[in-house]
Amino acid sequence: MKVLMTGNEALARGAYEAGCHIATGYPGTPSTEILENLAKYKEVLSQWAPNEKVAAEVAAGVSATGGRVIVTMKVVGLNVAMDPLMTMSYLGTRGGLVFVVADDPGCSSSQTEQDNRLIAKFAKIPLIEPSDSQECKDFMKDAFEISEKFDVPVMVRMTTRTCHSKSLVELGERTEVEVTPYVRTRKYCSSPAAARVNHAKLEKMLPELEEYSNTSRLNRIEWGDKKIGIITAGASYQHAKAAFGDSASYLKIGLSNKLPMKLIKEFASQVEKLYVIEENEPMMEDQIRLAGFECTGRDRLTPLYDLTPQILKESLLDEKKAPAYTVEAALPPRPPVLCAGCPHRSIFYAVSKHKKAVAANDIGCYTLGFVPPLDVTDTIVCMGAGITAGLGMERLFRRTGQDKKVFGFIGDSTFFHSGITGLLDAVWNGSNMAICILDNRTTAMTGHQENPGTGHTLMGEEAPMIDIRKLVLGLGVPEDHIREVNAYDMTEVQQAVDDAAKAEGVFVIINKQPCALLKSNMKARAGMRCFVDQEKCKKCKACMKIGCPAVISKDNRVSIDETQCNGCTLCLQQCPFNAIRKEGFEK
Amino acid sequence: MTKRILMAGVGGQGTILTSKVLSEGLIQEGYDVKMCEIHGMAQRGGSVTTQIVFGEEVYSTCINTGEADVLIAFEKAEAARFLPNLKEGGKLIVNDLEIYSLPVLTGAVKYPEHLEDLITAAVPDVIILNANKIAADLGNSKAQNIVLLGVLVKALGLEEIDWEAIICRFVPEKLQDLNKKAFQAGLTA
Ligand SMILES: Cc1ncc(C[n+]2csc(CCOP(=O)(O)OP(=O)(O)O)c2C)c(N)n1
Repeated sequence: MKVLMTGNEALARGAYEAGCHIATGYPGTPSTEILENLAKYKEVLSQWAPNEKVAAEVAAGVSATGGRVIVTMKVVGLNVAMDPLMTMSYLGTRGGLVFVVADDPGCSSSQTEQDNRLIAKFAKIPLIEPSDSQECKDFMKDAFEISEKFDVPVMVRMTTRTCHSKSLVELGERTEVEVTPYVRTRKYCSSPAAARVNHAKLEKMLPELEEYSNTSRLNRIEWGDKKIGIITAGASYQHAKAAFGDSASYLKIGLSNKLPMKLIKEFASQVEKLYVIEENEPMMEDQIRLAGFECTGRDRLTPLYDLTPQILKESLLDEKKAPAYTVEAALPPRPPVLCAGCPHRSIFYAVSKHKKAVAANDIGCYTLGFVPPLDVTDTIVCMGAGITAGLGMERLFRRTGQDKKVFGFIGDSTFFHSGITGLLDAVWNGSNMAICILDNRTTAMTGHQENPGTGHTLMGEEAPMIDIRKLVLGLGVPEDHIREVNAYDMTEVQQAVDDAAKAEGVFVIINKQPCALLKSNMKARAGMRCFVDQEKCKKCKACMKIGCPAVISKDNRVSIDETQCNGCTLCLQQCPFNAIRKEGFEK
Repeated sequence: MTKRILMAGVGGQGTILTSKVLSEGLIQEGYDVKMCEIHGMAQRGGSVTTQIVFGEEVYSTCINTGEADVLIAFEKAEAARFLPNLKEGGKLIVNDLEIYSLPVLTGAVKYPEHLEDLITAAVPDVIILNANKIAADLGNSKAQNIVLLGVLVKALGLEEIDWEAIICRFVPEKLQDLNKKAFQAGLTA
């Protein structure tokens, strides 16, 4: 049976069919749905880890004891997992171990456009690049086999387009893979002495992998017109086929580390002109040039964004296409904003009142605290830096006598991911920073994943609910410097922010209300809404200062969009004329 | 013959469900189908596009300048935004609806006036209708996406597929009647 699947669904299916025992990872667009889909197969134990480093290390343990395991993450997640990855390539595997890494050329939802194929090469591990959903499923099986055959972790490298594109997939059955009883070995102990041996072993493996690559079914030639020969991989293959069709021949690479140099030679020697089409880094092209083949690629193709057939036609065929139709109108942009009823809104509004405030923000929905009219944010670096970059700023302000107050913002999932160690630094080395932990009871940004604070696991089992207040207390923040507030109570939030602004030493505010889009919360708040009493409204627009997209001013009339409003009442609390009322709360 | 359909709308309008129903029908008809929905954040309110490409054997899901056989816009400004992707002689379907983004709400920028007139003047083959009103008259404005699906199915000449059965696979039971009516309303709009 053929079904339409996204690349992510197909990877999950592939892991399932390949007898994968355990799956772990940390959410991040565009990789998130791989694990979410795997969790539907009860045969595979699928779990979110608090971060990617934890996930990779868990995977190392599973593999060392003979299980097949995958670990999933987004592009920047691999940076967090780098430490275990580099050693894991030395230690090797027992059960097949697959890193699924979803890159994001075009940065549709990531803070870097880094090409992680170079990391696979750097770590000296096999690299597999599927180009459609069928390959996602099929190559997963190859990935486990290659990992076991060559005694090394394998990277399956996806991109946003292969993750989120849907195409038809032929389903198969699951093949169980037996786990042999554990026998103690020293193979999985890294030490300087072992590392020297393991490195040599890895270098010896690479030429064998290249030989395998030359005959692997993952790499194939599709002969067409021989005037142009295109070497390509991943999503770029789809774009090249759409742009060139039968007017070119293709060497489609599925196993791109090690590159099949014999096959490349055979292909290159038979075509008149050689193109290498790949996104971002000239990873294949550099090696092909080094092997002595002249080719066109990065000299004409941009290293930026994700490629499209149009970019290929414009860059390689000088075919420009003008639009057939346009309208002359200044179109309003639609920048992402905090949703109506978002519990993150109030604390940014409260901090915006403090003129001396400098804000270290972090990554999550609350990043949008930087959008006017809230306009609170000075730095965003990476997950965790909502605390740590703030620590750095606060230290320099203090040493140079600048009268500033540093606020840090970090979501619950991000705090568990990499905020805890930052807070430890704050307590240990001392800081006057105010740290706001935005506890909306979910990992909202990536589509509502469970995290250690939500009381559930990925597969829906009940789990201990980590108490953020106790955790903060345990890290050494004094009790009178921790404040839990109701994010929908503006007075309470403002009071906490004002107190934090005056406080000496680390001060932590835990801002609590579940995400407005959480299904359970939407149900609980159904019918609750605010509305404007037009007779009382003086059109002062005080209610619009909080930047809620449900508060609409049109033709000098202020109203609240009831389809968006969830009755958070922040606007009501702003109104000096009691012109906003609420309804639907009595249940 | 490869056909390309570009759906454009605003987060929360149900473009993704519409494209799922459409691709299911196309698969039943035996087409090779590829579809792409680049999505990221959970927030509502951003521009959303879905590309559906079908034919005997299809490759990239990208729809470039002047390539869409049909552009179906769930909101007026989105119709104008993605108009350059419509192919010469292609069909434009527009939901006559304005959704204001925050910069419009705060007064930082203005929502263009008489956009429907500009669009009709620019494109020869265009259908403009207020799907939200049609759906609201049937009982719930949220079924606007299925009204638009009906319009699209007719435009593609694919009426013979059993769309109602497919719709019912995707919507909860209590909404099936409404959505069937919405689909018929779109077909005859
Ligand atoms: C290293 C790394 N892993 C994953 C991501 C993807 N990502 C961005 S924010 C985020 C979590 C957001 O959750 P939370 O901190 O609870 O904030 P919320 O979105 O709920 O406001 C994730 C998983 C990332 N940017 N970097």
